[in-house]
Amino acid sequence: MATYQNIFTQVQLRGEPEAGIALPPGSEPRIGKGSFNHLMGLIGHAQIGPVYLGWTGVFALIFGFFAIEIIGLNMLASVGWNPIQFVRMLPWLSLEPPGPEYGFTPFVPLAKGGWWIMAGFFLTTSIILWWVRTYTRARALGMGTHVAWAFASAIWLYLVLGFIRPFFMGSWAESVPFGIFPHLDWTAAFSIRYGNLFYNPFHAFSIAFLYGSTLLFAMHGATILAVGRYGGEREIEQITDRGTASERAALFWRWTMGFNATMESIHRWAWWFAVLTTLTGGIGILLTGTVVDNWYLWAQQHGYAPMYPDTGVIDPATLGSAGQ
Amino acid sequence: MKRTIAIAALASAALTLTGCELAPKQSAQYGHRGTGMDQVTLKKVAMAKDDVPAPPYDPPSNDGPRAGAAYQNVQVLGDVSEEQFTYTMAAITAWVSPEQGCNYCHNPENMASDEKYTKVAARKMLQMTRNINSKWNKHVASTGVTCWTCHRGNAIPANYWALPEAGKNGIIGNRHGQNNPVPASAYSSLPEASLALYLTGDPKTDRSIRVVSDTLHPTKANELSIKETEPQYALMNHLSTSLGVNCTFCHNAQAFKPWNISTPKRATAWYGLRMVRDINGQYISSLKDVFPAHRKGPMGDPFKVSCATCHQGKNKPMGGYKMAKDYPALWGTPMAPLATPAAAPAAPAAPAAPIAAAVSTATH
Repeated sequence: MATYQNIFTQVQLRGEPEAGIALPPGSEPRIGKGSFNHLMGLIGHAQIGPVYLGWTGVFALIFGFFAIEIIGLNMLASVGWNPIQFVRMLPWLSLEPPGPEYGFTPFVPLAKGGWWIMAGFFLTTSIILWWVRTYTRARALGMGTHVAWAFASAIWLYLVLGFIRPFFMGSWAESVPFGIFPHLDWTAAFSIRYGNLFYNPFHAFSIAFLYGSTLLFAMHGATILAVGRYGGEREIEQITDRGTASERAALFWRWTMGFNATMESIHRWAWWFAVLTTLTGGIGILLTGTVVDNWYLWAQQHGYAPMYPDTGVIDPATLGSAGQ
Repeated sequence: MKRTIAIAALASAALTLTGCELAPKQSAQYGHRGTGMDQVTLKKVAMAKDDVPAPPYDPPSNDGPRAGAAYQNVQVLGDVSEEQFTYTMAAITAWVSPEQGCNYCHNPENMASDEKYTKVAARKMLQMTRNINSKWNKHVASTGVTCWTCHRGNAIPANYWALPEAGKNGIIGNRHGQNNPVPASAYSSLPEASLALYLTGDPKTDRSIRVVSDTLHPTKANELSIKETEPQYALMNHLSTSLGVNCTFCHNAQAFKPWNISTPKRATAWYGLRMVRDINGQYISSLKDVFPAHRKGPMGDPFKVSCATCHQGKNKPMGGYKMAKDYPALWGTPMAPLATPAAAPAAPAAPAAPIAAAVSTATH
């Protein structure tokens, strides 16, 4: 029985590495011949490579390297090039965006946020080139472009936070620092400034889809692992057959909650939940400060915030001069 | 055997997760149910008794000749009895300069002389104490303050701040005044010098602490950026750390801004922040020319007070112990802050200000 209760993949294939299909004319050659790695085989496929990088991949890596270098070297400079302090202080270190005095101009002195703009530009270029790559590689394989569009949803949230919303607000000082704790403190300050982000309905949608994604992932992953003893992870010609892993998985959910996803639709559910997390999140961020300045007041107006008993405390600023 | 190991492993994992702080705690609720408005404190912290010095001797009567008539150059405490004055002086010595004694402020040859800067500063601090006890009862209530509330046996209170140095240019060794785990920012990556933006007491430079808009939609009335909100968040962290409480001691976290869902303690804190501004602006900053360089910050301003100066981790300093009741001299009518001349320099200068004049009278 315990045979099927595995942490790692049990079967690893060895042989001539699989090179994949012949590429259409005009494609670049794939890099490497492919090799096998036992440790990688425990968590995924044991074959590493060949890789199709293409010019988009090459430039994405170069621009991404520039961005990480700018961020990392700025952090290292901020501790006076001391590598020990760099490691000790890393969670606190940051590359800060320009202050409010610079508005949204792209011309900011490097030390005052210019490096932040440059790092953001390189990182964005890298990410967009990588997106193009996910799109063209899917097309080259005759696949749909679902991965690319899911990735685009994440890029949307990233661009709203760092570029689109600062553009509409006319200030780089609205955007997120590059740093571990600094970006978390930015998040808290965002919520404080705009009257509690939890009353932003799109933020609520985003949370619901995020938590929903984890729930769906857990249900789907658990179901497939649970029918692993019947070869459920292989999903070949099982759908119409009695007693197969697929039928058992479907029956389990139909018996426990009266309804089941299908082998196809579960992936559609998961895809939409994941995509909508960042799509609605980006909308919520974009509306903040541009359309709504105090989400608590918005929620009160729409009967959405609970009313708590009045404590009778009055703003002392309305009671005459302090301390007299 | 295998099962035992599994149970032991599970139990130790659970203990590792939950057992970070095993000491007994006490909790108190400060707001409506379901809002998380409660404070959890370690019992040993909540019950800890502060070390409050007893009066030097039984408080004397306030009858008899006034101190102002009995001694020369008594500018603040002249309205109390001679006995009361001596008693207060003895207490102050124990609170502020227990090791250095009277001579920390006084020239033993001439107690009336203002030649030591510490005496000029102490006079200003007495005016400040009377001002706090008589005018700021909305913050200190009937508890009041004494020198001990801040000093606790130190010539310089343990918690003070000063204006930060001007920001560096370039990026080398420059953290832009933040991203550094120091107590001033409650070990966060928030700006370190937030007190200097809000609590100098100079109405020209102190920013408004309010960052949330009054209106649903954006207006010109509030164009504060997120970056400008961060120091306010740091200031609130300073309050919370100084008082040993969390946000919900004052606020309903549903919305920080509205007063009608906040606790009454928020109003107390509001007066406290104005009191800190009053102290820094009216009393401390005017001692700029009195203090020597080693008693000033990098920008040449005297060390200022914050919430931590008195509170020192307690939501009521010294657990609310009513110490000031034993020192009636500290409650007298407040006097308008005097124009403070520089401390008399080592070389005798021409008597110009009234204080200097009083010194010369006393010496003859």
